[in-house]
Amino acid sequence: MLGILASIIDGVLVGLVYGLAAMGLTLIWGVMDVVNLSHGPVIVAGMFGLYLLTSALGISPYLALPPVLIGGFFAGVLLYWIAVHRMVGKPPLMSLLSTFAVNLVLVGLGTAVWGTALFNVEVSVPGVSLGRYTFPGPHIVASLMAALIAYALYFFLHHSRTGKAVRAVANNREAAELVGIPTTRVLALTVGCSLAIACVSGMLIGTLFPFTVLSGDSYLLKSFVVTVLGGFGNPLGALFAGVALGVLEGAVAPFVPISWTLVIEFGLFVLALIAFPGGLFSLRRGAL
Amino acid sequence: MQLLRLSRRPFFWIIALVIAIFAIAPLIGNNVDLRERLVLDALYITLASNLNIMLGYTGYINFGSIVFYGLGGYICVWLVNSYAWPLGLSLLAAGVGVSLLALVFGLGILRLRGHFFALATIGIIEGVQAFTENFGPWGGSSGVYLSADIFKPLGGPARALWVIYFIMIGVMGLSLYLSYAIKNSKFGLGLLAIGQNEDAAAVLGVPTPLYKAFAYCISAFLPAVAGGLFFFKSAFIQPSDAFDLTLSTEAIVVAMLGGQGTVTGVALGAYLYEELRSYLLTTATFSNFQLVISGALLLVIVLFFPSGLMGWIYSRFPRTQKVLE
Repeated sequence: MLGILASIIDGVLVGLVYGLAAMGLTLIWGVMDVVNLSHGPVIVAGMFGLYLLTSALGISPYLALPPVLIGGFFAGVLLYWIAVHRMVGKPPLMSLLSTFAVNLVLVGLGTAVWGTALFNVEVSVPGVSLGRYTFPGPHIVASLMAALIAYALYFFLHHSRTGKAVRAVANNREAAELVGIPTTRVLALTVGCSLAIACVSGMLIGTLFPFTVLSGDSYLLKSFVVTVLGGFGNPLGALFAGVALGVLEGAVAPFVPISWTLVIEFGLFVLALIAFPGGLFSLRRGAL
Repeated sequence: MQLLRLSRRPFFWIIALVIAIFAIAPLIGNNVDLRERLVLDALYITLASNLNIMLGYTGYINFGSIVFYGLGGYICVWLVNSYAWPLGLSLLAAGVGVSLLALVFGLGILRLRGHFFALATIGIIEGVQAFTENFGPWGGSSGVYLSADIFKPLGGPARALWVIYFIMIGVMGLSLYLSYAIKNSKFGLGLLAIGQNEDAAAVLGVPTPLYKAFAYCISAFLPAVAGGLFFFKSAFIQPSDAFDLTLSTEAIVVAMLGGQGTVTGVALGAYLYEELRSYLLTTATFSNFQLVISGALLLVIVLFFPSGLMGWIYSRFPRTQKVLE
């Protein structure tokens, strides 16, 4: 019994990181109705950013956070101008295809450079013991950082002038333009923030689990599950849903082999899509 | 009935000519190299034409079209290997089985629209792959090997490859005629209406969820047969080959390159893309960057030429619109 409780608590810790990954996806989705299919490789880019910085410079893994965050932001602005700008307001088919094309380019470059070998970053943080069970240190630190960044995003969206502009554009782009908000710049900034968050979540996941260039697919799927559960375009819902997913993974882990987790998550995803098209945690439409 | 009516139009005979060229060209001088190239062309044309029924006509993007191909391959190889079914029957079983599965999936996920449908198809590809990797009877992640004996009923390996080639050409021809027939039927008009504006189509009496599920189901049949044929040919199947994301992607690139929603364009796009790809694969520098190149190509098409090759041909030579579909 205590074992299940322990794995549920660990699920909460990991789930916070999943929630952060999904926040990046849901932010673009909510603001400009574009599903970023290059989200997976961007998460992987965060992982490899961590790997390169720690192996080349020998710095502590957590010091890699600021450069990864900033790099992700600029990559996001670049992505906006390359693949998203012309697609905003077009039928979903076009933006899906253009971000999917970017996804292919990134995955192709990644496999050409690193192959599909498994990478691992050593993190030494002492764990916290509770009776017979020890919660790994990296899990605790990563979940705290994820929660902190999620809170920072929430604070930015609700209490800063720029953040309010982002929410205004999400609500009604034309009206926002009419009251003098530079919408194009706001959209570029949103994609930047989204990719910065995705990269950081990738970096944090990189401190928890080993990864390959192709890991992006499974984290993209997890992000979809979380986004669907949490309600579209609702960052806070995404965080809660991420925790829910982490708890689910933790709760089923003692009973089924790890390779079945993805099948279960997929089943949950399709069921959630059909049964709760509004999401489990969506309080109201356009909650951003 | 439909085909009889269509057979009075020139385009019907253009397709027949293409099939005849595919069938006869490698026979001249027993050209095995040409046959191996054309069989890949035929595969690409089959996959892209069937994808086009969803992508081009209905306006729904199916990222997981490769699931049909892979599952068809698995069902066929499994029946041949474990139950010693003849090839023809296994292919038919693969096609029917995957179509029924697609109908069940389709009735569920096709209530979703736009983004949500696309996401569900990505979920399906990941889910099905994870399932086969864990499914014991299908050999899990190590896959299934066929013994060399399976080619005996077809008259030995050398002759079997020719038989497989002609079946593949038949599948390609059926795909082209299917796309053509659907485009000129009431069903096809319903799909095109859904592609233009789904709400308006529903108001005008198109049973949208049913039509979409049918389109999804129909577009599953021939890729499943093609998959069965291909994995029978290579006598080996494993999850990473069967659900190869690259092939799924290439089907989308091909359909967009040729011009989504056209029959000619998709076939032309498949041919051109396959020629480009085989050129790139033989060039050492580029073989690693195949995915990058298809991605960049797709991006350029989507950003600057959303109507593809046929869009350019139609605007340049407006008269071709009357003949080429």
